[in-house]
Amino acid sequence: MPDQPAPFLRIDGVSKTFGTFQAVKDVSLTIAKGEIFALLGGSGCGKTTLLRMLAGFEEPTAGRIWLDGQDMTGVPPWERPVHMMFQSYALFPHMSVAKNIGYGLKHEKLTKDQRMARVREMLDLVQLTPFADRKPHQISGGQRQRVALARALARQPKLLLLDEPLAALDKKLREHTQFELMSIQERTGVTFIVVTHDQEEAMTLADRIAVMDKGQVKQVGAPGHVYEHPDSRFVANFLGSITQFPARVSSVATDRATVEVPAFGATVETGLIPGLAAGEALTLAIRPEKLTILREKPAGLNAIPGEIKDLAYFGKDSLYRVILPSGELISVHAVNAKREDNRPDWYDKIWLGFEPASAILLRD
Amino acid sequence: MKRRPWFLFTMLAFGFAFFYIPILSMIVYSFNGSRLATVWGGFSTKWYASLFSNRQVGAALVLSVQIALISATVATILGTMAGLALARFTKFRGRLLFTGMVTAPLVMPEVITGISTLMFFILMADWVGWPGSRGFTTITLAHITFSMVFVTTVVQARVSQSDRAIEEAAMDLGSRPWQVLWDVTLPTIFPAVLSGWLLAFTISLDDVVITSFTTGPGNTTLPLLIWSKVKLGVTPDINALATLIVLAVGAGVIIAGIVLNRAEARRARDERLAYRANE
Repeated sequence: MPDQPAPFLRIDGVSKTFGTFQAVKDVSLTIAKGEIFALLGGSGCGKTTLLRMLAGFEEPTAGRIWLDGQDMTGVPPWERPVHMMFQSYALFPHMSVAKNIGYGLKHEKLTKDQRMARVREMLDLVQLTPFADRKPHQISGGQRQRVALARALARQPKLLLLDEPLAALDKKLREHTQFELMSIQERTGVTFIVVTHDQEEAMTLADRIAVMDKGQVKQVGAPGHVYEHPDSRFVANFLGSITQFPARVSSVATDRATVEVPAFGATVETGLIPGLAAGEALTLAIRPEKLTILREKPAGLNAIPGEIKDLAYFGKDSLYRVILPSGELISVHAVNAKREDNRPDWYDKIWLGFEPASAILLRD
Repeated sequence: MKRRPWFLFTMLAFGFAFFYIPILSMIVYSFNGSRLATVWGGFSTKWYASLFSNRQVGAALVLSVQIALISATVATILGTMAGLALARFTKFRGRLLFTGMVTAPLVMPEVITGISTLMFFILMADWVGWPGSRGFTTITLAHITFSMVFVTTVVQARVSQSDRAIEEAAMDLGSRPWQVLWDVTLPTIFPAVLSGWLLAFTISLDDVVITSFTTGPGNTTLPLLIWSKVKLGVTPDINALATLIVLAVGAGVIIAGIVLNRAEARRARDERLAYRANE
């Protein structure tokens, strides 16, 4: 990510309505040149509609899209310096791999030699040179994905849109392709916008992600920031796993707050969020890996008593389900960093400890 | 031992017999030496000779093929456009009316279509002085009108199945809608367009009812000629003509089968290739 993000792409209050259904509601985003930006959300959250508006297949009902200083309103798809990699890849079935990749180039003022050179360069980039003369149905799924990528990159777009780029690949290939995509993005320097429903995909690929729900952008930020500092229950829940409890603020000090959590049967210390006042009802959320299972009640940490109800031992780590005095369950993830035989077991009475800063307070 | 489904085999045998014995007997009787179509008078090929020397039959065949070629081609162009519109534009003003008007000839009795087309030509001749006489042009126009719907239906079905994203991808890569149609849409739906054309061609080639309403003096298509000859009793030369038609159709079907088989074999080989290409 560049140090000074220039407003390369500006999405300004964009909405899209289909009949009475509002697919995208007043979305504003700025994306820097050379960034990999992910739109993350479940199906029907509006991410694909937003992508289609960037490509020009849909016109926004309201708002504007600016790309590199140019207003994209009314610019048809064939005149936008924006190319898309479709989820189905949408390769032309009657053309060879090389013809597919070179298709967009016929609209550029290039000599035949220049065109062929560009196709060769693209084939090389995605390592498909030996398959140049094959038809799309004569190559594997992973190769098709790379043809689609090369075809979209051949005209050197300002912006590349990737619609669920890895969804059609099997798990093993997906991991490998993820890194390949990142390295290709680095080499070409093209700004990528990735639409995905897979949070791991979004977090590994993207410099920044926008979590969308019901047509709105709920939160934007670096993956680490959105994960550690979700600002709504939806985002907290959507990204990774988390346990949430209703809570009430008892008192607020200069650097921490005391929060009463009925499910814990105790008060806990937390960090602050702006405008926190005593008596406020909100949600306290905590991620499984932030909790530590202890035999003795810890000092200097928040401590909740509990009993192990369920555990799954994976070797390098373990997942526990701990039942709280109130009867509610909480998930705990522990890394088995030490060799020991006396790990917490079924029905053990234990203490859960966590740092005040690990608790997330959510209003929304 | 499995019980023989003799009932099914019997039904199958009767079915085939019902279809093919008439055709076989017609072929056999085309080599009949007798003048009477139903009395065997020894082997002879004289009816074929008389058929080939009959200028009337030759002219009717040429006329039929000409009309079929032109009407099938025009119907394919119009029908493809209508099929594309119906499959791609799910909402436009008057879509229901358009669908109804395009597909009406499919359900309309041919006699009605024939009469109304004739009435239309007569009225047109009264009002604007065209068509002055009925014949080649009026038959062709009538054939285009009622065979177009078959092309439309075939193309619409094919386009609805095809992935819209392919067209969007072409557009996204810089092609205007017309270019997309030419580069991507038409090549992918080409098999449907071709079978639509063949359908329109066959329908035009063997039409009697509508042709008889829209034809004029001196314009006899092959089906009309056969029809008028048969009205005076089936003569062996008609058997000979029909035998030739059956042979032509049979050859066409066999060639199409071979071509399809080859394509299938090629597809299977490609799939193996793709499978091996998998890392």
